[in-house]
Amino acid sequence: MTLEWIGDAILLLVVLPVVVYLLRGVLSAANSIVPSVRQIAAAATAGSKDLDATALLLTTQDQVQKTIEVAADYGGSLDVILDDAR
Amino acid sequence: MPAAGVVMIIAVLLIVLALVYYLVSTIVALQRITNALDDAITGVVGIIEKSAPVDEVVTSINTNLDAGVDLLEGLLVKKAGLSDAMGLVDGLYPGAAAQGLRNFPDSKTTKAPRISEVYTKGTLTLARLGREAPIAAASPNGPALRNPAYGSTAARALYPEVRQSRPSSMPRSPIIGADSPVQYVPSESPGVRKRMPMAAGVTAAPAQGQEQAEGGAVKSRLAFLRRSTSDDR
Repeated sequence: MTLEWIGDAILLLVVLPVVVYLLRGVLSAANSIVPSVRQIAAAATAGSKDLDATALLLTTQDQVQKTIEVAADYGGSLDVILDDAR
Repeated sequence: MPAAGVVMIIAVLLIVLALVYYLVSTIVALQRITNALDDAITGVVGIIEKSAPVDEVVTSINTNLDAGVDLLEGLLVKKAGLSDAMGLVDGLYPGAAAQGLRNFPDSKTTKAPRISEVYTKGTLTLARLGREAPIAAASPNGPALRNPAYGSTAARALYPEVRQSRPSSMPRSPIIGADSPVQYVPSESPGVRKRMPMAAGVTAAPAQGQEQAEGGAVKSRLAFLRRSTSDDR
């Protein structure tokens, strides 16, 4: 009989607080991850939106190519009409 | 049932309740984390997809720009010479000559002439364009024609010798106004005056003015030149 009471006391005074303490720690850790993960998701979404202008790089590529071609044409003409340095 | 057994059952129930409460809360938190991670993964996948062609496109742009730099540097050095080229670069972008030209390692050690302080923009180009350009005809290799401290007057020397050194030989500008010594009558048609200007107080026959007006612009100009010459004397 005495052992049963001792077992009850251990359950109530030791096991239950330890279980509650451990589970509470797990819950607080999981809750603390939630805002961080939401910030990561928001940053990834914003980063993906910022890259929407990447398609314009194709236009930039074409423009640069045309500009260099025009510069090459002008350079060729200047090479003809200007004297070389002595 | 003994009291100790009841207490044990109550203790076990309490433990189970605590386990259920905290584990369910943890499950809910993990589900929120999973949802947020799904959003993050969607964003990251979008970033990966959108940035996939960047490497190829930027490489192409850089290749074209490299070709442009090679072309312009080569043309500049070929036409202006390395020293003048560095002077031009430093004149347009002060301090850039120290970095040198990419395809000309010697350009970093070349002493760049202070072209921007000596010539106005485009003057050197004029000199290169033709030997008949004023600066080239006067002194293509000589001393600086433009004094930076007195640039406005020194720059006149770049142009034909008419006014710069002999301003006194030029006729003076006419004095205008109601009390000017020579009165001008407004013309109704360009190039033709009703009568020639005359000194204040001098009256002339209207018929003479009309005759000159009808005589044409040539006579009027000749008369005006004669009058101007006599006024200067």
